[in-house]
Amino acid sequence: MDYFAEKKYYDVIIIGGGITGAGTARDCAMRGLKTLLVERFDFTAGATGRNHGLLHSGARYAVTDKESASECITENMILRRIARHCVEDTGGLFVTLQDDDLGYQAKFVESCRASGINAEVIDPAEARRLEPAVNPGIIGAVRVPDGAVDPFRLTISNVVDAVRNGADVLTFHEVQSLIIVGGKVVGVRMLDKRGKREVEAYSSLVINAAGIWGYLVAKKAGITINMFPAKGALLIFGHRINNMVINRCRKPADADILVPGDTISLIGTTSSRVPYEDIDNMRVTRDEVDVLLREGSLIAPVLANTRIIRAYAGVRPLVAADNDPSGRSISRGIVCLDHASRDGLDGFITITGGKLMTYRLMAEKAVDMACAKLGRNAVCRTAETMLPGSDDMPGYNVKKDCCGGLLPDQQSAVRAATGRHGSLSRHIVCDKESDRAVVCECEQVSVGEIRYAMDQLHADRLVSLRRRTRLGMGTCQGELCACRAAGVMAALGKDPVSTLADLKSFIAERWKGMEAVAWGDTLAEAQLMEWLYVGMCGLDRVPGLSYSKKQ
Amino acid sequence: MTGIQEKTASVNNLEECLKCTVCTVYCPVTAVNPGYPGPKQAGPDGERYRLKNSAYYDESLRKCLNCKRCEVACPSGVRPADIIQAARIRYSKHSPSLRDRLLASTDFVGGIATVMAPIVNGMLSLRPVKVLMDKTIGVDAHRQFPAYSGEKFTTWWHREAEKGQSAFSKHISYFHGCYVQYNFPRLGRDLVKIMNAVGYGVHLLSGERCCGVAKIANGLIGDACRDAQRNMEAVRRSVFKENRTVVATSSTCVLTMRDEYSELLGVDNSDVRSNINLATRFLHTLVDSGEIKIAFRKDYLKNVAYHTPCHMARLGWGVHSVELLKMIPGLNLNVLQQECCGMSGTYGFKKENYKYSQAIGQTLFDNISAANPDVVATDCETCKWQIEMSTPYKVLNPVSIIAEALDVDETRKLNGLC
Repeated sequence: MDYFAEKKYYDVIIIGGGITGAGTARDCAMRGLKTLLVERFDFTAGATGRNHGLLHSGARYAVTDKESASECITENMILRRIARHCVEDTGGLFVTLQDDDLGYQAKFVESCRASGINAEVIDPAEARRLEPAVNPGIIGAVRVPDGAVDPFRLTISNVVDAVRNGADVLTFHEVQSLIIVGGKVVGVRMLDKRGKREVEAYSSLVINAAGIWGYLVAKKAGITINMFPAKGALLIFGHRINNMVINRCRKPADADILVPGDTISLIGTTSSRVPYEDIDNMRVTRDEVDVLLREGSLIAPVLANTRIIRAYAGVRPLVAADNDPSGRSISRGIVCLDHASRDGLDGFITITGGKLMTYRLMAEKAVDMACAKLGRNAVCRTAETMLPGSDDMPGYNVKKDCCGGLLPDQQSAVRAATGRHGSLSRHIVCDKESDRAVVCECEQVSVGEIRYAMDQLHADRLVSLRRRTRLGMGTCQGELCACRAAGVMAALGKDPVSTLADLKSFIAERWKGMEAVAWGDTLAEAQLMEWLYVGMCGLDRVPGLSYSKKQ
Repeated sequence: MTGIQEKTASVNNLEECLKCTVCTVYCPVTAVNPGYPGPKQAGPDGERYRLKNSAYYDESLRKCLNCKRCEVACPSGVRPADIIQAARIRYSKHSPSLRDRLLASTDFVGGIATVMAPIVNGMLSLRPVKVLMDKTIGVDAHRQFPAYSGEKFTTWWHREAEKGQSAFSKHISYFHGCYVQYNFPRLGRDLVKIMNAVGYGVHLLSGERCCGVAKIANGLIGDACRDAQRNMEAVRRSVFKENRTVVATSSTCVLTMRDEYSELLGVDNSDVRSNINLATRFLHTLVDSGEIKIAFRKDYLKNVAYHTPCHMARLGWGVHSVELLKMIPGLNLNVLQQECCGMSGTYGFKKENYKYSQAIGQTLFDNISAANPDVVATDCETCKWQIEMSTPYKVLNPVSIIAEALDVDETRKLNGLC
């Protein structure tokens, strides 16, 4: 049935399927607002899927940005509770290297405490014992409650909860314009990218939660938000080399955070202003790789000899305050704009600034404003209510409840699925032996998990499947699993012709991330991948997206 | 920064894995047991998860034979078998059962059994005893235990050989291992016969222990480490004090002492590793360089099929045994395609593995039947047990065949001993 056969009316339309949009949709829906979430590509396709995955304690901002620091530690404690299946309590270290100023440590610790962050100075020997990957030459160490958070899981869990509370979601719908009647935004006109047609939806209020793309959304209504697109590049290492977050105890700079994220480790970031024309096509440069590797191997020397499987970059949606060329000194604070009072355009709110860590608080602020404007009197409950996947965890029997009881010899796949989906993994049906077949071996993704992601997590192409399950995120970067997964998707009802084009664009996207670090084993892997997909399967003859072959 | 990213430095070359999966194609267990995830998944793939959290360790790793065919197959130098064995050592919560301890303690059990060899051999071949062991401790009733010898090899050496050894100008120390000591002293006597004929005196190591391979396989890591350290002390004494290189007749003992000590047990052997050698490689290298000469009887006529043990393939030394056997003029040698026999030390004795053990070995058994030799030659005692139990053919170590075919007088003459 055609969704747009009749006119659609909502209380709120939210633009942007990143963590901010998903969190805002959840909050709206939980407060009883009739909600539509619109995303032009797939969930987590923007900056949400391109960051460190760091569960900030706030310590990083304690010295320079006290407000952000306090927000971080509060939200850190909330996420540990409501999103425990997305969070790993690794703990974090702030280390002082030989050439760094140890005097900064005292100021750092004092600032942390002032923001309510539990920062404990420990002996460098103790730090080396806790985290053997740390540079053995450190002269100072502080322990903080940092952790790791999976932004993909966190976002989709918010989406699942929004839908449970009655929200509608549309992916691959790009907002073309805001429908403005008598100085009030009353809806959005969208391009349905799959149906290739224009559709409309109406609402009392539109919330712009599109991150850096929010600048472009506001521009469609003739409104200028002075934003600062700050590119941040990161490198992914092939396996975990550290089990605690390692930060460098100095004023925030390039490549001073090493995060253990799921099966890999991540060093980042850089910060540089980029033009709006480039924000849809970020490429990591050679200089960025060099600085990340050089600085990164100062905090953990083993990085110098560890295989890098991928490089990527995201764009921070900073709201410009001055003309800082790097954006390092711009506040990560939350900006919630009521365009009625600011620009005389009613029915339009922009929520931006902030960061992954504070998405829930951003959503709360935006929805508080929305409720005030709509005259609704509903209280925010997102800080207390568990996210799907983190609920009913106690007494949850992995073996019994997950995947319909996989074979004992496939327990590692069960554990991997449970690790990813928490208690939601009980929806993964693996009754038949064919359901239990492992598709992605690096990340242990089964056929049953793919079907679950397709049926219940809005995954209808390979890249979405990757974001929902980690398929293709491992060492081989999709070399073995991409064609298998494409086959599974086609077998589960996806059109084979478009699946083939999808496979081609997926492989091209994997190569894009390998290109910047194409030496040694990663180059060999890319070559093997090319032999398989181009030499053997003839993927270059498939019509569709053209891809740049690696050098 | 110089040297950055010039080489990778992961343990057991974990991250050189390109996921090509050729290791799994060569894994004998994956081929017959779908319950085993194979060396790629159990090795480098699984290790990434175990590095994240040890809870991802999976007891299915115990199904690995540690035959190391995956390591031979890998084009990128990854050591999946070592990754798997190291994970078992680090994470397994399975404690060795009484059976595992008995099977692993080849030296302790051998020491007792040798004293009462006729009784033990008789008992172990009785059907009711086999059924009892099957039902109680899980040693498969189909298995034949290797017979224990009534006399230890070292007893024979002290009585018959010791006196004459110092008369030679060149010397080696012989690591006999548990099999020669308790089950088959003849192999040790054969080695002494050959070495003496080419001008080498054969001595015992002072304080030799079991190499420990069975203890590693059965999770008795503390005991294995103690044995390894004692053995390395003994080897060092031999190499540095007595100036004698160490030679063994079992390919598995050699592999264990050369590679597993440092890779799995963390026992440093780097100073003496190159002085731990296999008898056929030692002899062939000397023949090849012209340092010794061997003469064979003209009337020794035999069809021999040579089976390369998996550990011999891992060492890359099969060529030495083959080349020596080829020197025997009346010997028609058939080098079999390298296959795993399925025994893998104590693995095949266990009730839960028996079925897979036999299924793995079937190709080899068929190839041997097709070759129909007078005798099968192989450098590994457990391959010998498996082939002798599963086929009608007799199996000998190449050293024993060489000793049989040796023209002692002529050889002594050629080496200037008379």
